Amino acid sequence: MPVLARLEHIVKDFGAVRALDNVSLDINEGEVLGLMGDNGAGKSTLVKTIAGNFQPTSGTYALEGKPVLLSGPADARRHGIEVVYQDLAICDNLTASANVFLGREIMRKLGPLKVLDHKSMNTRSAEIFRELKSETRPADLVMRMSGGQRQAVAIARTRLAKSKIVLMDEPTAAISVRQVAEVLALILRMKEQGLSVILISHRMPDVFEVCDRVVVMRRGRKVADKPIAQSSPEEVTGLITGAIQTA
Amino acid sequence: MSAPDDHPGMEIDLLKGSSRTLLNRVLLAQETWIAIAILVLGLVVSMIAPKFATPGNLLNIFQNACFIGIMAIGMTPVIISGGIDISVGSILGMCGVTLGIVLNADMPLVVGIVATLAMGVLCGAVNGTIIAYVKLPPFIVTLATLSIGRSLALVLTNNQVFYEFGRASDAIVALGGGYTLGLPNVVYALVIGVIVLHFLLTMSRWGRYLFAIGGNEPAARLSGIPVDLIKISAYAFSGFMVAVTAIFLVGWLGAVTNSIGTGYELQVIASTVIGGASLTGGFGSALGAGIGAILVETIRNALLLAGVNPFWQGTFVGCFILAAVLLERIRSVRR
Repeated sequence: MPVLARLEHIVKDFGAVRALDNVSLDINEGEVLGLMGDNGAGKSTLVKTIAGNFQPTSGTYALEGKPVLLSGPADARRHGIEVVYQDLAICDNLTASANVFLGREIMRKLGPLKVLDHKSMNTRSAEIFRELKSETRPADLVMRMSGGQRQAVAIARTRLAKSKIVLMDEPTAAISVRQVAEVLALILRMKEQGLSVILISHRMPDVFEVCDRVVVMRRGRKVADKPIAQSSPEEVTGLITGAIQTA
Repeated sequence: MSAPDDHPGMEIDLLKGSSRTLLNRVLLAQETWIAIAILVLGLVVSMIAPKFATPGNLLNIFQNACFIGIMAIGMTPVIISGGIDISVGSILGMCGVTLGIVLNADMPLVVGIVATLAMGVLCGAVNGTIIAYVKLPPFIVTLATLSIGRSLALVLTNNQVFYEFGRASDAIVALGGGYTLGLPNVVYALVIGVIVLHFLLTMSRWGRYLFAIGGNEPAARLSGIPVDLIKISAYAFSGFMVAVTAIFLVGWLGAVTNSIGTGYELQVIASTVIGGASLTGGFGSALGAGIGAILVETIRNALLLAGVNPFWQGTFVGCFILAAVLLERIRSVRR
């Protein structure tokens, strides 16, 4: 699998606190990577470094072989990196299609005016939902939707930008068991389409169900990075708590 | 809901949208229910007071409702964005006083209109700028400007009443109190206002972003929407509509006192809320604001003609506000 992003010897300091300590990580094309660790282990600092929110104190970050210094999330988005936020960043009072296109609406000409092209946006959203095999209707309000459908809307936003890497922050934290299954199916759909997905999760069963590889962080260090098939929930738990030092 | 591994819904056309028919949607709209309330109220009152259903009185209701209605149209984008503007009565005072001073100085009507509109937009933009950039709650900011605006109107006029409008005298009275094709001019202003705002809310990026900000402001920011500018523009739009009201109201009254517009904010907000706008943001419509204003004015007029002591008006309007908000809640459960 070709490497999409390569982080080498990344260090991130916040004053005297070393949040990331010499972390190296490859993100491969078409791979689902589980990122696990306790609170404060450096997971979100790592994710925010990948997503351009933070610039590393030292170390190199390369995308498709070229070193980059991302200036912010918008810059990261231009490089094909999208984040699906934990709180989803979705407007309940708008339709699914309006949410997918929020901030990048398709406009059409009406005489001298430029107006929203509802039809094109609905058609394109429907295509994306079909690709994701989600039953979400573009013209329905998000407030009437299930947790799984809302995730589909959030993920559809990333599909619009033709992203290559999608970072998902605790996508299954606040939804029902049945909806978790729906979201995991969506992650596999993204993988089928050649996307790399980084799943940040506390839920062991989710990680073991969809991930190809698991990375465990503890106290700012990467303590494990191995194919999921060669690990076990017991081992990962031990790595997270520190009962097992490295693996 | 189906499990992810079977998709019985996939053969249906996703683009068909919800299965609701047009009739169903009309029946679910707040505007429909308010219109029905107006009709029922009108029928009941016309049985008690035969004078109610005369063309003259109905036109009178419509004309009176227009002043509040135009301001309610301005209030709607503000409320949709999750804000509130309780300074509209004082902005009306500032705009009326501006028009009075400019016309009193023997300026042409066009200059007066431009100055008044500029004053309205300026007042609104000041509200919006403080709310967006200083990040104080809209209620507090506009409570402050309510006080400041009324006070400045007194300072500017030195408690003087303007009834001399120089060479624009006839023109301003003809504009505000006159008729075109059998209808008061202000009615056209309301109708144009409803159509323009409806277009903006449903077809423009501006409208879409207002709803997004009212629905989830952090999400709107993450999507790259210029949230602060959109908020300022909403308050400036409100100020603009207040200025339009001021021009018609001054022409209709034929004079400007510095107390013009005092207490209007409650009627304006009541109209907007009765018309289906949600004070928590994210919902509201242009037609709702107009129809809400007509309901409020119908209640006032009906009570007067039915011989009810006018002291009761506030009680009735208050009950309708509660009923409208309850109706909104029931509808949102059903949809």
